[in-house]
Amino acid sequence: MRFAKLLGGLLALAVLAIPVAAQQEYPMSTIAPASDFAEGIHSVYVQIFWWAMGILTVCWVVLAYILIRFRERPDSPRPKQIHGDARLEIAWTVVPALIVVAIAIPTIQTVFQTQRAHPDAFVVDVIGHQYWWEFRYPQHGDVVTANELRLPVNQPVSLRIWSNDVIHSFWIPLLGGKRDANPLRAVPEGKDTHYSWIHMTPSETGYFLGQCAEFCGESHSRMMMSVVVETEEEFEAWLDDWRAGHAVPGTQTAQAEVAPMQAAGFAAMPVGSAQETAAPAPPTDPRLLEGYNLFVGQCVACHGIPGDPNAMASVAPDLTLLGRRERIGAGMLENTPENLVRWIRDPRSIKPGVLMPGVDYEGGRAPIVWPAFPYSDEQIESIALYLTSLR
Amino acid sequence: MADAAAVAHDDHHYTSTGLNNWKLGFWTFIGSECLFFGTLISTYMAYKGASIVGPYPEKVFDIPLTSISTFVLLMSSLAMVLALDGVQKGSKKKALIWLGTVIVMGAIFLGFQYYEFTHFIHEYHLTLQTNVFGSTFYVLTGFHGAHVTIGVIWMITLFIRVLQGKMPPEKALQVEIAGLYWHFVDIVWIVIFVLIYLIP
Amino acid sequence: MSTESQTTTESFESFESIQRSQVPAESSSHHHEEPTGIWSWITTVDHKRIGIMYFMTSMFFLGIGGLEAMLIRIQLFRPDSDFISAELYNQLFTMHGTTMIFLVAMPLAVAFFNYIVPLQIGARDVAFPRLNALSYWIYLFGGLYLNASWFFGAAPNTSWVGYANLTSTEYSPGLNVDFWVLGLSILGVSSIMGGVNFITTIINLRAPGMKLMRMPLFTWMTFVTSFLLVTALPVIAVALILLAFDRFFATNFFVVASGGDTTMWQHLFWIFGHPEVYILVLPAFGVISDVIPAFSRKPLFGYAVVVYAGVLIGFIGWGVWSHHMFTTGLGPIADSFFVASTMIIAIPTGVKIFNWMATMWGGALKMNTAMTFAVSLVGMFVLGGLSGIMHSSAPVDLQQHDSYFVVAHFHYVIVGGLLLGMFSGLYYWFPKVTGRMPNEALGKLHFWLTFIGFNLTFFPMHFSGMYGMPRRTWTYRAELNVEIYNQLSTVGAFILAISTVVLLYNLWKSARTGEKASHNPWGAPSLEWSIPSPPHHYNFPALPQVRSREPLWHEDERKEIEAITLAEPEVEPEMPNPSFWPIVLAAGVTLTWALVMTGRWWAPVIGLVLTAIPVYCWAFEDPFAKKETAHG
Repeated sequence: MRFAKLLGGLLALAVLAIPVAAQQEYPMSTIAPASDFAEGIHSVYVQIFWWAMGILTVCWVVLAYILIRFRERPDSPRPKQIHGDARLEIAWTVVPALIVVAIAIPTIQTVFQTQRAHPDAFVVDVIGHQYWWEFRYPQHGDVVTANELRLPVNQPVSLRIWSNDVIHSFWIPLLGGKRDANPLRAVPEGKDTHYSWIHMTPSETGYFLGQCAEFCGESHSRMMMSVVVETEEEFEAWLDDWRAGHAVPGTQTAQAEVAPMQAAGFAAMPVGSAQETAAPAPPTDPRLLEGYNLFVGQCVACHGIPGDPNAMASVAPDLTLLGRRERIGAGMLENTPENLVRWIRDPRSIKPGVLMPGVDYEGGRAPIVWPAFPYSDEQIESIALYLTSLR
Repeated sequence: MADAAAVAHDDHHYTSTGLNNWKLGFWTFIGSECLFFGTLISTYMAYKGASIVGPYPEKVFDIPLTSISTFVLLMSSLAMVLALDGVQKGSKKKALIWLGTVIVMGAIFLGFQYYEFTHFIHEYHLTLQTNVFGSTFYVLTGFHGAHVTIGVIWMITLFIRVLQGKMPPEKALQVEIAGLYWHFVDIVWIVIFVLIYLIP
Repeated sequence: MSTESQTTTESFESFESIQRSQVPAESSSHHHEEPTGIWSWITTVDHKRIGIMYFMTSMFFLGIGGLEAMLIRIQLFRPDSDFISAELYNQLFTMHGTTMIFLVAMPLAVAFFNYIVPLQIGARDVAFPRLNALSYWIYLFGGLYLNASWFFGAAPNTSWVGYANLTSTEYSPGLNVDFWVLGLSILGVSSIMGGVNFITTIINLRAPGMKLMRMPLFTWMTFVTSFLLVTALPVIAVALILLAFDRFFATNFFVVASGGDTTMWQHLFWIFGHPEVYILVLPAFGVISDVIPAFSRKPLFGYAVVVYAGVLIGFIGWGVWSHHMFTTGLGPIADSFFVASTMIIAIPTGVKIFNWMATMWGGALKMNTAMTFAVSLVGMFVLGGLSGIMHSSAPVDLQQHDSYFVVAHFHYVIVGGLLLGMFSGLYYWFPKVTGRMPNEALGKLHFWLTFIGFNLTFFPMHFSGMYGMPRRTWTYRAELNVEIYNQLSTVGAFILAISTVVLLYNLWKSARTGEKASHNPWGAPSLEWSIPSPPHHYNFPALPQVRSREPLWHEDERKEIEAITLAEPEVEPEMPNPSFWPIVLAAGVTLTWALVMTGRWWAPVIGLVLTAIPVYCWAFEDPFAKKETAHG
């Protein structure tokens, strides 16, 4: 009958979904785990999924049978007037209760397992802002970055999560479940501040996409972020580069880097010359120098590049090694000079309600205190080139 | 059939339980009010000790003073019982004396609360906005005070009705229901007094 | 299921005989002409008219909420769409949720409470007819007030759960949240009064012999729902008061810098919010628990178990709220407790479903529109319930929470549960209300469009959620690969919209030209089918004596009852007069709330003083004063 057909179709769809999802076609799939945390969740999910499918099948098959078998016909006998049956009632109370117990046991085990910190875990602070993410590495000096979190593979990490304004939720589906970033509640002396935590060990390298999962205002839908899980060597190299204070590209390498960047974007750029450049110095390339000066003229009011004494602000995303990020605008745009220009000119066309005014800003709802940037298109391009050169 | 029609005439007084509708409905409403005050009190308790800046409860509360107003409110419930008795027995004088007493005692309680609030504001600079304690305390006791105020207005109305001679014993239910309300508001205050004032 | 251990030996009458039973006095020539005209509706205190007004108003708001949903679905048809702005989108989804829950789902159930419950228990009216009118008018004004925000370009925009501290003046400085917090408080007043009224009615106004365990299931579920209303609404009232104080008087309840706690809002909201889920769905369970036996030609299987399961659901529903907060970070012990309580609530829900299926087993199923909707509820609710089991598991919920998977789940529960049940009830009781039969062909068309549209809209959302699409998002990235699921959903939403048009057309057409209905066209067992269709304004000329759970299915009892209920009384029972004060008082209450928006403490006090006038007029009005002085 119709229910049976429908059931068949739905079941087939559901079963098909699993192998399909395992492929990387779904960068935010909840059923393609790439960490122990996500794996733990997934194994519980799969158990419950099959229990649910079983119950659904039984219910729908019985229902379909009833609809066919007991439909009123001209020759239908008068139904027997049954009021109930105690044994049946007990049976269909006890059986679901047993199934519930079967589901509850692995669930509660996983609840405790996933909320236990690994003894060797290092801590990363995850701080939500309207509408971007700040990441700090308190055990790695004062390393700080934004929107792209870098983690070494197979190394346990504890994310300590809170928010700077309203509630957000940190969610990288492939790496596990979400946790809310709650605004930090002031506490009287002697009491502990309450944080949210995610404890996990990423088990695969890759670029994992995520998104804020708690409605947080106008641009909630465009508050994305990602996690770059890399080998330990790559991660250490990134930390070293960061600490080297990459406010500006090295004087030697700057020129070499500009040409390919303008020609073909940044993708093919070599990473490396970092360690040699011990202290930041203004770029020698005139175009980059112009960009740098313009950057210092406006952007540093909010943005920081901690290696550079001219750019110490931390209101807006940290821009250290910006050129190395895959995306800008909290995951919204690919990191190309063209997109950076687009972003600087009118960030609100990409993320409505964002606090950065841009060039085209004419006033609006958000409490923006900074006036629109008084820059020409060419000047914005210079800034973009300078920022892209921060590798 | 004729029987049925005759019964139909006054069976809007019929109830399955024999309880009066208004009484039952009012009990239900009081149940709802319990949840209301229960939630407000729980909020106060949950926020206990959460204030970042003073003044803190132990500094501002004057237990002896509040004990007096609590006692007055408690006694007003007794007066309420006597007032109802007066109405039920058709004694206009008794009803008026005790209803008047309820009104005066309710007003005294409100007067104490007014004094307490202004004292806290001017002496300790504790306002709604000062800290979490101020917010939870004023909202909780303020809503209770609003309930007492409504009760006093209700009692004044009944007082006038009795005075006009429009409250014969058959209508004693009106006073009984007002009494239910009054006792409820009284009990809520006892809970507030114990939980908020007495427990440190 | 073949056991006969409890098969009764009572003599059940054949259904043909019940349906054929013709009534000596049934005719359209009522002694008393019902007053007509707009004034008679404004001042009415008749529960049947108030029920109809509730129904009409909730249909009106269903149109608005549906329109909001359509705009949402058009926006999501393509990734990164800019059909509407982010701000408008946020207002639309907030108002869609708020409207559908508070202005459609709850009042739609209340419409049925109003019309049906007094008839089912053998009462002339509800316990407090004027209070009933007041509930309605406050609901109407509250709904209009909430929607008036559109004209200020400031519709609420912080989602229907309004999590603090996004709702603070710091992060939501406009009027949007003001409209939301005040509008919901107004509606809460209406619901609490409704709850008080129905509890009193059901306890006190049952006809002689109508014991609690003889009440029809719909009345039972109304009873449980009413308890949930009077207990759950005060909790949200407090939460809204705290928020309003934060906004208008700068208190510190949700201000983290002063030690306030944003999690407190979540607790208060969900302590209300979860019982609210059962407030929504239990009435629908009640409807189909009456419809399924009526069209299976069998009494409800395990009556007592179904009743107790409903009571248990209402009770446990109070202890599960934090399953909405697994991601908040309450710690493993709290999580485990709420995992357990949430899973336990699945058991009585399952028991209900099995009992419905057992009722149909061995029956002679008459698959008309009402029954088809009821059966589809059983099938669809199983699905919604099972996805609920998935996120009752806290770890799994960490993935599914606030994704479209959850959106799919609660639409299967609310549309697949509540709405299908209400449609079932609508077709079932349509002849009683209008005196005419609903058009079956249009009804079936409505069913199939609803069924297909509903599944096409919400089933794909399981997938968009599973592949990581968060809810409450204005746009989604093409790279998520969820475009196809969103497109299916949008197509489904259009089918649902069409189905609603079919429904409205059917209602309009059948009410005017449908075949005349007898007093019991379905051969149903409960008391509302013992009186003429449509009922007299006094419902029952005299109160019938009830002796069993299915009074009209036992020939002796039926004849006895119908002799009373179908008779034309020589003297009509006295009914309360119409009253003007409910609508005035409702206006005063709404005005008082609206004046809070000025942010000055004395403004609402003025409103209160103005409100006191109708309160006194009401209190001193004699509802049974001689008719000459009344309007009409």
